[in-house]
Amino acid sequence: MPKVLSIIPEKCTACRACELACSVKHYGEFNPSRSRIKVSIFLEEAVYIPTACTQCTEAWCAKICPTTAILRNDDYMAYYVVDDKCVGCKMCVLACPFGAIELYADHGKAEKCDLCLSIDGDPECVKFCTPKALLFTDEDADPKAKQSAVALRMKEVYKEVAG
Amino acid sequence: MSWSGTILRVNLSNGNITKEPLDLKLARTYIGGRGLATKILYDEIDPRLDPLGPANKLILVTGPLTGTNAPTGGRYMAVTKSPLTGAIACSNSGGYVGAEMRYAGYDLVIVEGKAPHPVYLWVNNDRVEIRDAAIVWGRSTHETEDALRAATSAEAKILSIGPAGETLSLTACIINDKHRAAGRSGVGAVMGSKNLKAVVFRGTRSVKVAHPQAFMQACSTAVAKLKADHGSGEGLPMYGTPGIVNVINAHGFMPTNNFRFGQFVDADRISGETIHDQILIRNKGCFACTIACARVTEVKAGKFKGSGEGPEYETVWALGAMTGVGDLAAVTKAGYLCNELGMDTIEAGVTIATAMELFESGDIPEREIGHPLRFGDADALVEMTEKLGRGEGFGAILALGGARLAERYGHPELFMGVKRQAFPAYDGRGAQGIGLGYATSNRGACHLRGYTIAAEVFGVPRKVDPFATDGKAALAKASQDATAFVDSTGTCVFTTFALGPADLHAMLELATDAGYTVEEVLKIGERIWNLERLFNLKAGFSAKDDTLPHRILEEPIPAGPAKGKVARLGEMLPEYYRLRGWTPEGVPTPEKLKDLALYPTP
Repeated sequence: MPKVLSIIPEKCTACRACELACSVKHYGEFNPSRSRIKVSIFLEEAVYIPTACTQCTEAWCAKICPTTAILRNDDYMAYYVVDDKCVGCKMCVLACPFGAIELYADHGKAEKCDLCLSIDGDPECVKFCTPKALLFTDEDADPKAKQSAVALRMKEVYKEVAG
Repeated sequence: MSWSGTILRVNLSNGNITKEPLDLKLARTYIGGRGLATKILYDEIDPRLDPLGPANKLILVTGPLTGTNAPTGGRYMAVTKSPLTGAIACSNSGGYVGAEMRYAGYDLVIVEGKAPHPVYLWVNNDRVEIRDAAIVWGRSTHETEDALRAATSAEAKILSIGPAGETLSLTACIINDKHRAAGRSGVGAVMGSKNLKAVVFRGTRSVKVAHPQAFMQACSTAVAKLKADHGSGEGLPMYGTPGIVNVINAHGFMPTNNFRFGQFVDADRISGETIHDQILIRNKGCFACTIACARVTEVKAGKFKGSGEGPEYETVWALGAMTGVGDLAAVTKAGYLCNELGMDTIEAGVTIATAMELFESGDIPEREIGHPLRFGDADALVEMTEKLGRGEGFGAILALGGARLAERYGHPELFMGVKRQAFPAYDGRGAQGIGLGYATSNRGACHLRGYTIAAEVFGVPRKVDPFATDGKAALAKASQDATAFVDSTGTCVFTTFALGPADLHAMLELATDAGYTVEEVLKIGERIWNLERLFNLKAGFSAKDDTLPHRILEEPIPAGPAKGKVARLGEMLPEYYRLRGWTPEGVPTPEKLKDLALYPTP
């Protein structure tokens, strides 16, 4: 079954180890600006939110690419960029509503999260997430669990209102 | 590898901005951070100069592991001559700004001179500008960060001073990422003396290590050890540093009411457990930190309403037990004020406690303060903290720090500290090793130059009797040298609960490929310690300054498990000098300096 990158912001401690793990894996150097996952840190609100490519079913970046450089690996349901085909036109960057694909001046190619095309084990960011705010989980297990969690909160509210 | 290789030098007097290649041989000899910056400061300034004059330099420095995935690899240090002590200062902080400095491309930023008007430094990769700071002068560190991020980049990381630093309070620290402090020795006043309000970093470059895959593997091994350890894996993330309040209090060496007592009756009201239950929102990590000991907290209601990070152990002690205040909301509020106004919570708390004792003894007249200032008065604590930070009213006198306050009112012996820097939260009468550590610390009283408490209380690496003096000279020396090494790498001393020098050496070597051995990195720690000592000797310090206050040496702790104890410094200090290879006068011998490659005296 294809897996998804699940993000649980409540567990994130804002250490940014995921950014470092990502940049080393794909770039060989420590550089958060080259990471495909980013932790947004809202200090005042005490909210820390990692974001990365959602691997859209209907991926606008892939659809708009004039050279078909963005392909999906159907085993892992992850889109990846074929370097040889990418001409650096930036259409994907414009198309993505999440800012999850970027172009870098040094090689002029698009880069995005490909879930490390993990055949065995977790993507690198998940491996280095000590507080387990990032999980590599079965695609449908997570939403069902979330629905249950929402229902649980609603139950508490109903009890309060009724009470 | 792993050093960026560039020094940014900014002269605020004439506006010159230069970039110099880092001498990599020198970097290898001192590793980075505390060691490297101390060497550069030693070479570039006269240790006798006025620390608040334009000739003093402020060095912001990272280590070769800052900006890497080494657990806690996000530290930076501020190294300068301290205006509080007159000795060498090295204040260390986490957060994100250190890593961002590396990503901008710099190992060190050396700030010289004095700007003709308030300025901030905007370091955007290789574009560096000195900008007018009129819009943020006078404002809190939080307001300053918000305003300067708006004026530069939403992604910028910032260190700044608050009103305390601007008004040259000797309690002033440097605050970064709103809640993290390069706290001790008055380094914020040095920034203020240079009219430098803030340094803003934005970097998109890389930190490179020699063997990325093996390095990441070593990081994973270190993370696993940190997670498995009771302190760094459970206690610190769950209860933060205040998790030890009840432990230290139970040992009977929690200094209370300006060290008049060894136990605080209200300790549990300011403990990590109570913080967890009453005000904690969540825990948080600094950059690359898998321990995540920071407390994100909120006092939701009442007159001490507020939110922020902390209080840390040292904060609940200095603003709590030391002032006799057991009201967690008040202590937390005072801690928030210290972060916003830019004061070291230890120096601020101890100063207020000193004032309380001097008020109760009748040495400070009530008319000078404007109202009574007694131990245990929560309202007075919060009011005095704010006045201290702003330098208003009696706060302008408190802003001088506890040592000068006690001297001013004719009782220098009532200041609890060494070399005019306040003690932290362990009584040297109870833990003999930490007492020796305070007396010999190169930056004045400090627990973070050599945390002998790890052995004396927590049994790391092995338990020793806190009340014994046997072996404490060796323990203090070993802790001091190892810590100088840790500080120089750019990682946090809290890793040492679970990681030994060999673990950190493994990461450092894979990052730098410098050919270090474990023995050599510890020797480098010793070299750094001796160089700091040489700086202080040149600045005018001598063995007579390696001492403790009368109260600690002569007045026994009156009650509790440490009842009857005094610090037996005389039993330890001669042995300490001997083990250090120093003369009985505390001066490193030529043989020792040769052994450390510090001879002829640089």
